[in-house]
Amino acid sequence: EALVINDPDFQHEDLNFLSRSQRYEQAIRKSALMVMKLREYGIADPEEIYWFKSFVHRGRPEPLDLHLGMFLPTLLTQATPEQQDRFFMPAWNLEIIGTYAQTEMGHGTHLRGLETTATYDPATQEFILNSPTVTSIKWWPGGLGKTSNHAIVLAQLYTQGQCKGLHAFIVPIRQLGTHKPLPGITVGDIGPKFGYDEMDNGYLKMDNFRIPRENMLMKYAQVEPDGTYVKPLSDKLTYGTMVFIRSLIVGDSARSLSRACTIAIRYSAVRHQSELKPGEPEPQILDYQTQQYKLFPLLATAYAFHFVGAYIKDTYRRISGDINEGDLSELPELHALTAGLKAFTSWTANAGIEECRMACGGHGYSRCSGIPDIYVTFTPSCTYEGENTVMMLQTARFLVKSYTQVSSGQRVTGMVSYLNDLSRQRIQPQHVAARTVTVRINDPVSLVEAYKARAARLVEAAAKNLQAELNHRKSKEDAWNRTSVDLVRASEAHCHYVIVKLFTAKLSEISNAAVCAVMTELSLLYALYGISKNTGDFLQAGILTDAQITQVNQRVKELLAIIRPNAVALVDSFDFHDVHLGSVLGRYDGNVYENMFEWAKKSPLNKTEVHESFHKHLKPMQAKL
Amino acid sequence: GMNPDLASERQTASFSVEKLTAQLDGGAEHTRIRRAVVEAIECDPVFSRENQYFQSQNERYEAAVRKAVHLQKKMHEMGWTEDGPEFKYIYRALSGDIAFLLHRIFMRSISVLGSDKQIAKWIPLATQYQLIGSYAQTELGHGTYLQGLETTAVFDITTQEFILNTPKISAMKWWPGDMGRSATHTVVFAQLYIHGKCYGVHPFIVQIRSLQDHSLCPGITAGDIGPKMNFEHVDNGYLMLQNVRVPRENMLNKFCEVQPDGTYARWGSQKINYFTMTTVRISLISDEVIIPLMKACTIAIRYSVVRRQSKLKPGEQEAKILDYQTQQEKLLPQLAAAYAFHFINNYLQELFDKVYREIQGKKFDTLPELHAFSSGFKAMVTQYCTSAVAICLQACGGHGYSLLSGLPSLYTKIVASCIYEGENTILLLQTARFLIKCFMAAGAGQPVPPSVTYLAAVKPGKCPAKNKLDFLSPDVYAEAYQHMAARLISSTAAKLQDLIQSGVKKTDAWNQCTVQLVQAAKAHCHYITVKNFAETVEKLETKAGIQKIMKHLCDLFALHGIFSNGGVFLHDGYVSGAQMDMVTASYLDLLAVIRKDAVPLVDAFDFTDKSLNSALGSYDGQVYQRLYEWAQKSPTNKQMSPAYERYLKPLLHNTLSKL
Repeated sequence: EALVINDPDFQHEDLNFLSRSQRYEQAIRKSALMVMKLREYGIADPEEIYWFKSFVHRGRPEPLDLHLGMFLPTLLTQATPEQQDRFFMPAWNLEIIGTYAQTEMGHGTHLRGLETTATYDPATQEFILNSPTVTSIKWWPGGLGKTSNHAIVLAQLYTQGQCKGLHAFIVPIRQLGTHKPLPGITVGDIGPKFGYDEMDNGYLKMDNFRIPRENMLMKYAQVEPDGTYVKPLSDKLTYGTMVFIRSLIVGDSARSLSRACTIAIRYSAVRHQSELKPGEPEPQILDYQTQQYKLFPLLATAYAFHFVGAYIKDTYRRISGDINEGDLSELPELHALTAGLKAFTSWTANAGIEECRMACGGHGYSRCSGIPDIYVTFTPSCTYEGENTVMMLQTARFLVKSYTQVSSGQRVTGMVSYLNDLSRQRIQPQHVAARTVTVRINDPVSLVEAYKARAARLVEAAAKNLQAELNHRKSKEDAWNRTSVDLVRASEAHCHYVIVKLFTAKLSEISNAAVCAVMTELSLLYALYGISKNTGDFLQAGILTDAQITQVNQRVKELLAIIRPNAVALVDSFDFHDVHLGSVLGRYDGNVYENMFEWAKKSPLNKTEVHESFHKHLKPMQAKL
Repeated sequence: GMNPDLASERQTASFSVEKLTAQLDGGAEHTRIRRAVVEAIECDPVFSRENQYFQSQNERYEAAVRKAVHLQKKMHEMGWTEDGPEFKYIYRALSGDIAFLLHRIFMRSISVLGSDKQIAKWIPLATQYQLIGSYAQTELGHGTYLQGLETTAVFDITTQEFILNTPKISAMKWWPGDMGRSATHTVVFAQLYIHGKCYGVHPFIVQIRSLQDHSLCPGITAGDIGPKMNFEHVDNGYLMLQNVRVPRENMLNKFCEVQPDGTYARWGSQKINYFTMTTVRISLISDEVIIPLMKACTIAIRYSVVRRQSKLKPGEQEAKILDYQTQQEKLLPQLAAAYAFHFINNYLQELFDKVYREIQGKKFDTLPELHAFSSGFKAMVTQYCTSAVAICLQACGGHGYSLLSGLPSLYTKIVASCIYEGENTILLLQTARFLIKCFMAAGAGQPVPPSVTYLAAVKPGKCPAKNKLDFLSPDVYAEAYQHMAARLISSTAAKLQDLIQSGVKKTDAWNQCTVQLVQAAKAHCHYITVKNFAETVEKLETKAGIQKIMKHLCDLFALHGIFSNGGVFLHDGYVSGAQMDMVTASYLDLLAVIRKDAVPLVDAFDFTDKSLNSALGSYDGQVYQRLYEWAQKSPTNKQMSPAYERYLKPLLHNTLSKL
């Protein structure tokens, strides 16, 4: 962190005042510099690279992201040793800059629908790549528009007249030396977006573009010189990468929300407004209950997601070990769970960042608050790496499958083991209402049970509705579609339960008593606030009574007052440097207003005292009227 | 040509699109006028928004000024006047992308708060654009809480002038539109001091730039506040005043005056000051909030029948994404909300006209109700529509994030409406204050305004619905909403009473109940919206299938609200668990019904392609071709980026590493 912040080479004008072209240029400049410095300092550990990168670019995407994050790793995992010899060192030395071109204009999450073709020609031992329709144009890949000279292209493989499904090919797209697009390649930038100004997301159209047979990544599947196709061993392996990337998004949800909370809470301690008691000075807006109610549950959420992110990463590491030894048994559950958690955390953080911004009133809307930038950088994660609704439905598929197993007398393990209790209840029918008294609203462990009961009930309801639709002799797909709103709700309840459970479990690992006390308050707030926002589920299932709901609502408000004195300390603990936070409102020293004025003076519109529009338009108009 | 996937949607409409458009416009004649205005504006190249997404803040500002100037000429040419029927459609036709909107607020504040003499002096100058006005209320340190403003205006008897000052940095005026670069004059709100005594916030006309060369006047520091999430075309500004003197006549004095000897005199109701704010709040709901939501629905729904993804049945073509229940559940409730808010806006407009007539006759009785209403509805509608636009954006997958979809700009613009003209939480608390007062009055047998008489008859009860079809009866769901709103208001009032009786100070008790109060105010507004929608549907003509489809939308709007806020309806057992399952079933059934008319329902909003300015939402559905075509126009594809020569080339050639 200090390496980057103290390095004069990484300084530049505030990005908010630059055009998109200028921002792209700055990002490229810094990326080039960064690569040099990484080599200079000999930083090679992925984790260290990640931090270095995030400080250079202050958490923003950059044009080399796909080269470093997808192109190089894909070469490592999917290229044969010969291919690595050819491509890896040039790519490592950035003679080759690559990107990963999967998404097309017409297809995203549904990979099987991709239309780009790679047809094998045994006569020349080449693949002929084509974008047969407008919808098949590769669209969105980062770094594709202006930066890359190579791309890993995902295309439908045709050989011996048969389609063999999606495969990856290394495709040169620009001339080395001149950087001009190669004949048969049409490539460019897709235009301005909601954020991601530094990134040249691009399009790529290929017309009968030929590449040698050896450019197909052939560590797993292969095409032999005569066109014979050799199948890969297992397709479950690709799950691993997806799990890994989705776990990164969970961590990113926690971090982005933490940054927004830091800004909003510090600013709320600096801003004074209106009056609480007649005659007294204006209070800090953080003293208003409504302001606490907006921000503290989000603070608790940021902590909760932080622990969830760490859990997935650890589990993934552990399971990766097993996978290398050939044990894939835990992968389906982790895959299903991360899909749902990716959706749950990114949705929540996305909405939460906006709430933080709005809690800063008008000034939150200025780019100087830094929150608009956090939002536009974060919000696409609801869509990329698996559209959130589709992710929720993947989790639901696993839940329904587990439910069906339980119904047929099998036992399930892991996070879904609560479904086993459902079958026990059926054997000994117990009046659900009889269980309500057991929930103790001040006991985190008891609240985990309440969330568990809610998840069980919603999974059961969705599974039963699905069965009912199937009984109407509808097709499987039709029945699934007609139940999908219920299924998403079930997945959400399941994810919510997992998060409450993990947060609660974390408490016992904290040794410092004061830290443990404040974390317990936050975990209670997280769980109780979740109940108060979803009272319908808890009431309808008879998990809680009307009276308990009233108590929950009351307790939430008491916790707000309890957390209030620690609020600033709790965001300081996230330990974001001012430079990384990029916010005038969220400054550590709280000198907000002076610095807003300083910042505004740098606006391009203030470069001259009289704007040129005056002479061009206003003056002639006044003369005429 | 027309995309067949979109064309097929239009063949099965259950109602006449043209008739519904006329209904929304308030009659076929209005539709005709609106289309004529839109046509005249859109065929004029000066008003084009074609390359807007590629422009810098400076370019956007300049274009907005150019358009504002050109509009004067255009109006003259077309014979449009400010009182004419065309006027209200101009802003819509321009999609708000024009400068000098604060100039209008400047004029309005003088008309409402100024004396006849002041009006006679300033309005002609403003109309002729001999000066350009702005409206400077908000400061760096204070927004919605007006009493907290720190700018001062001290009366100097010897020179008969006010001396205006910005005593500290937080007192700097911050945010006013048109002030950063354009305005020559502004209405400054400042604390009035006479003989050392403070008389509260008053409006003063202050010249800030020279009328000759536009340079800043002595004692004035002003400029642009820098980039924002949107409104690149507006020069929101800051203003610092150092001993700026204005003549005594520059204080707007329709309702109060400082006489030459320093005597302060006030007449009329204090509440009239709120009237300008109320007027602005009501006027922004349609143009700034409902229309953007209608546009977002149009874009997202049209795109959702063009985009095909994955298969619903094996062997078949990939399905339109609007055929997925989850996609319907995202978009159709937002469509229903757009209609619900269109109708509640009509209701507010009528109420406003009634109150305005009464005020003209110096009668102020109904002002508190209007004020409470406009606050609550401004808050509810802006918040709801903002979330709705965000949902539309996210429902378009990756392409929604491209500026070329039009959705990001709609979102970043509408989201500001949650803050400006009164921060929503504070507005809801104002409504809550009114509701609690009415509840107490009703309990004591005193008369209350008609919209809140239901508070007089809070009684326990049970929802009478027996099966899912019963929930398609407006009586059943409106009653459920009424019961829920009344319960939340009465329980909050009771809580407040309890706290006060247990010795908690009134102000502390209020703060401890604010979360509940906000919820109660929202519930009330939601109830009135549902009730008004149901009553409007009843009055619609039964011909041409319009009443039927509107009834479906009304049902959907109401049931979506119950479905998403189940807890408050279940809480006291008014709705049972079994009934909640009926609500869900009916709600999901409705999605499939309305799905069939989804495209005709957005077509009825009657936006031209130019006004949508979206590669995803055009009428012909040629989404992908347009996206590709527009992207190629991006400046990033035209100019060779200097980045390659400067940084990429050395990097690729590995020359940097040798440094």
